[in-house]
Amino acid sequence: MMHVTLWGTRGSLATPGPETARYGGNTSCVEVQGADGTVVILDAGTGVRRLGMALPRTLRRVDILLTHLHLDHLQGLGFFAPLYNPAMEVHIWGPASTTLSLQARLTRYMSPPLFPVRLREFPCTLHLHEVPRQAMAIGALTVTAGFVCHPGPTVGYRIAAAGTVLTYIPDHEPALGVPRFPGRREWTSGAMLAADADLLIHDAQYSAEEYPQHIGWGHSALPHTLAFATLTGVKHLVPFHHDPAHSDADLDRLMTQAIHVAEPAFAVTPGTEGATFDLRAPMAHGGAEGRR
Amino acid sequence: MSPQQEIEMILARQLASYLVMPIFVVDPEGILVFYNEPAEPILGRRFEETGAMPMREWSTIFEPTDEAGVPIAPKELALAIALAEQRPAHRAFWIRGLDNVHRHIEATCLPLMGQAQRFLGAIAIFWEVEG
Repeated sequence: MMHVTLWGTRGSLATPGPETARYGGNTSCVEVQGADGTVVILDAGTGVRRLGMALPRTLRRVDILLTHLHLDHLQGLGFFAPLYNPAMEVHIWGPASTTLSLQARLTRYMSPPLFPVRLREFPCTLHLHEVPRQAMAIGALTVTAGFVCHPGPTVGYRIAAAGTVLTYIPDHEPALGVPRFPGRREWTSGAMLAADADLLIHDAQYSAEEYPQHIGWGHSALPHTLAFATLTGVKHLVPFHHDPAHSDADLDRLMTQAIHVAEPAFAVTPGTEGATFDLRAPMAHGGAEGRR
Repeated sequence: MSPQQEIEMILARQLASYLVMPIFVVDPEGILVFYNEPAEPILGRRFEETGAMPMREWSTIFEPTDEAGVPIAPKELALAIALAEQRPAHRAFWIRGLDNVHRHIEATCLPLMGQAQRFLGAIAIFWEVEG
């Protein structure tokens, strides 16, 4: 069983305001709770600040899985309350670059002049890990990372627990350089991560009309996201990482149009801040159930 | 379901599909997992027709020879060296494609090393020597 909460759904830049209140203005952050109380946080965008204040006071360990180190996935980290709690053990996982360790890369942001507190100064017990190539266990959750198509070293995560699978690929351009997307699974970035997932949280930054002006920027158009989900056989799709220029009204319109055209055979729940999803083994409870 | 190729291989294929130089992309076992349209005259067949090919097949299909016309053993091809020794290799040779044209070719071959020193395969870029 997994309980999933979206704390930040916006891409690229925090976008607060009345016109984005429903889908949300905070940048990427998703909380995953396992049946044993394990808490894993996917990305540390600005949404992680509120999440940090909502965690159980009895919690002693939290794992943050960073997909990459673009600022919209990292900007909330310094405001994550558990980092300032000496009783907390915080593990941060993320990709190294080809020349720099994760620590060296994180330090570029978590140090003056960009941020006043250095990594080594946080009172918690802090552990940094470069994402391994093989699956790893974090409490009751089995986590697999895989590199995906996005500028700079970027991973997506596949999290399995008790017969259910969540896949998180918030920044992803699998259609890059593919004349007729989607092609075959074998040659599609992210396909193994997403294969047959019960819930896929995936980049859907652009409309079909906007994508040609943003080829190579590392993001998907919503029709690409729907096609990717179809190709990989997911059961429930959450379009995510909304463009800062898209208001709630824009997103309502774009989602409705794209879903109408694609006629997906799976559930689609547009990613809204505060939405929760319970993933349970199909035999017992029927898979992912979303609430908004 | 077929296992997904590594992201670096996917990107190599995408790059190759946009370049006009003939390019082979092979996996660590030497299986030719992709060749682009400009490479099709070398093998005389379209990739869509052949799909992936093992080394014993692709390395002999274009009948590589040296300047004296002596056949080059598969393991002496630059691409085989790049794979076996995981280092760049370059060699000039002659081929006869299935179109029966005799071509003077140079091949520049590079091993593909991913993060954490993962050996992913190799690429070969072919150049037809003028004159």
